[in-house]
Parts: sequence; C-alpha cells; structure tokens
Amino acid sequence: MSRPAPFSLPPDGTHPPLAYSAYRSAGLRAPAQPPVLLPHRLTEVTGPLLGADRIGPSDHDLTTQHAGEPIGQRIVVSGRVLDSDGRPVPDTLVEVWQANAAGRYAHARDNWPAPLDPNFTGGGRVLTDSTGTWSFTTIRPGAYPWGNHHNAWRPAHIHFSLFGTSFAQRLVTQMYFPDDPLFGQDPIFNSVPDADARQRMVSSFDLDATRAEWALAFRWDIVLRGREQTPFEEPHDD
Amino acid sequence: MTDRPGLTPSQTVGPFLSLGLPWPDGPDVVPDDTPGAIHIGGIVFDGAGEPVFDAVVETWQADPAGHFDHPESSSRTGFRGFGRCPTDGDGHWEIRTLKPGPVDGQAPHVDVSVFARGLLDRVVTRIYFPDETAANAADPVLAAVPAARRATLVAVDHGRGDLRFDIRLQGDGETVFFTV
Ligand SMILES: [Fe+2]
Repeated sequence: MSRPAPFSLPPDGTHPPLAYSAYRSAGLRAPAQPPVLLPHRLTEVTGPLLGADRIGPSDHDLTTQHAGEPIGQRIVVSGRVLDSDGRPVPDTLVEVWQANAAGRYAHARDNWPAPLDPNFTGGGRVLTDSTGTWSFTTIRPGAYPWGNHHNAWRPAHIHFSLFGTSFAQRLVTQMYFPDDPLFGQDPIFNSVPDADARQRMVSSFDLDATRAEWALAFRWDIVLRGREQTPFEEPHDD
Repeated sequence: MTDRPGLTPSQTVGPFLSLGLPWPDGPDVVPDDTPGAIHIGGIVFDGAGEPVFDAVVETWQADPAGHFDHPESSSRTGFRGFGRCPTDGDGHWEIRTLKPGPVDGQAPHVDVSVFARGLLDRVVTRIYFPDETAANAADPVLAAVPAARRATLVAVDHGRGDLRFDIRLQGDGETVFFTV
C-alpha cells in the first residue's frame, strides 16, 4: 500500500523549540520526552475544510462589533495564505484575536491596569478568497506587560489561527508590527531560532492599502507547509 | 526573491485564546441527538500535576466508515470530523462524536492538537480505543511508540459511551506526542 504524499518537514530553526527556558510558562508545560515521528497518512493530509458558515456578519471588522467605535488607530490588515511552494490556499479560515489599543485583552484573566474598551472585544474571522487573500479591519493593538521577567513587555501583536487544507498544516502564530523596539527583550518573538524566520512574523506598512481619511494598513503573508510531490511506498513487511 | 517562500513560524496561543478560538458548537462533532454518539474527554495536566485551565484541545477524525470529509478521501460524507474544546477551570475538555472506523490499515484513531500558554508550538497526540485490542496491536503508528508508553494513547472506557483521555504534558505518565 502507498501512503499519500506527505507535507514537507519544516527546516530547522523555523519553529520554536517547546523547551525554551526564557519563556517561564514553558517550564511545566513543555513535554520532557522526545516526540515520536508520525509519518503522514490519510488522517494527517486531510483536515477540516471550514467554510463561510463559520463567519458572522461583523467578524471581518473588529471596529463594528459594538454600538460605538473603539478607541485607537484604525488599521486594515491583509495578506495571503500560501503554501511553501508559493501556491495560494483559497477558502481557508483565518481566525484572529488581539488586545485593545491600550494593550488590554477583554478577558477576565487580564487585569493589568490599562482601560478596557466597551466597544472592542478583539476577536475576528475571515475566509480567504480564490487567490488566498484575506483582509480585516481593526485597531492597532497596544503593547502590554506580562510578568515573565522584570519589566517584560510583549511587542504589539495579533494572534492568528490557520487551518490550510490538512491537519499537518495547522498553525497558530502571531503577527507583529514593523520596527518594534520591544522585539529585543521578548522571549516569545526570539524563541524562533532562525533570524530570517523571525522576520517573517513581522508585517510591513502598506501604503497602497491605506484608505484615505480612514485607515492605515499593514500587509502580512502567511506561509504554510507545502507538499512533497510523490506518494511514499510503504515497505512490504508481510 | 526565490519562488519558494519561507514558512511562517509558530507562536504560542497565549493565555487569552478564548477571545478567538472557541465556537459555541466546537465540542459537537455531531449534534446531541445523533444515534451512537460517544463522549471523549479528560483533563490536561502540567508537569506538576496541576490542571491546565487555559488550553484548547482540537480533534480530527474519520467517520464510522473510515472516510474524511475532504477531497483526498475516497468519499465525502459531510461528517465534520473536527472538534474543538477549550479546557475549563478544572483543565477539563470533552467532545461529542462518533467512533471513527479503521483508516488505511490503521486502528480507529483520532488525531489531537493541544494549544496552550507555555506551548510555543502545538503538541500532537492520538486517541486510540480500548475495545480495539487486536487492531491496536497491528497499528503501525502505535508500533513506533515505545511499548511502555503506548497506554498513554489509549482512552479508558467509563461505560455508556464515555471515554476518558487525560493529556499529561510533562512528567510521570507523560502522553506520547508526535512530530507531524
Ligand atoms: Fe497576546
């Protein structure tokens, strides 16, 4: 029997190691045993194809989810979802969540003394179009302190969740903003070993996508694993 | 620029994933009036044996005939196959689903991703079924797991369609996690 063509293993240094002592929460949560390699079979090369029924009417615009407008700098964030062969991933769900302009999450466990915004919850969802393009409108999130080490601040970021077309491609990550002076002291950003890979989490200012008299814009392409070209022949052992 | 763009790295979901990830029907792989529905759930524990109250557990599986609702599967059935449940204050998660059929010579199984604060990347494991002793013994993925640790991948039957699958991220009885 042959196995389906697997998705390529990520190059070393692309993803953070689970055991990373500079990130305190990893201490009791990162597995201690080495992982076992799971060669891709049908369960791993398939995955949920979640469609438009997951998207609500204001999920693409985080500034219109309440009676009033949230405080902050209005921005349009857009980009494409691609695989590492450069092929767009159409019709795939993109989920986002973020802090408000003051750097506070609308979450019961976020209680640092920055103001909540009654007009901002900070969750959104969009589907990519046939060219893999997605876009949403929000306000620029603030940086926030987090107690990982003395005077630790997270660089401003938006959390992203991606499905692609397979279990193997599932990715949760964070998008950062250009030239953030907080990058150097942030262990989560710096947990990515490869410097080029780290920069791929940073969006760019996108003058063309700004909307006159309305919003600034940032662009960020997200790249999921691509696929090997040939199925894998299972050795005969019987 | 080359035409092969570099991969986007993983980052942790952080402590506030509940603003973005949960769905009201996330744990309902099948609706509650589905004949033959089972519940699979358990507690996510950290290395100190404390419950992880800010994780999300996601599941992906075949339908009872071993098919996925995906173009690469031999037939599409409309079975969602996907479950998603954030852990509660006690670290507990649970989904309602149907038991999957065997898939391409493998024992019935459910692929699982766990995301949490403290995990810079997801961890992946598999749930196998306790009433499949013979199929489990012949399963190629279980065969690659050290024998002494295989039991961490087999759910425990609590009767009446209730299966328990605890996830131990670290330490004694650590769940087997896979590189996918
Ligand atoms: Fe965050």
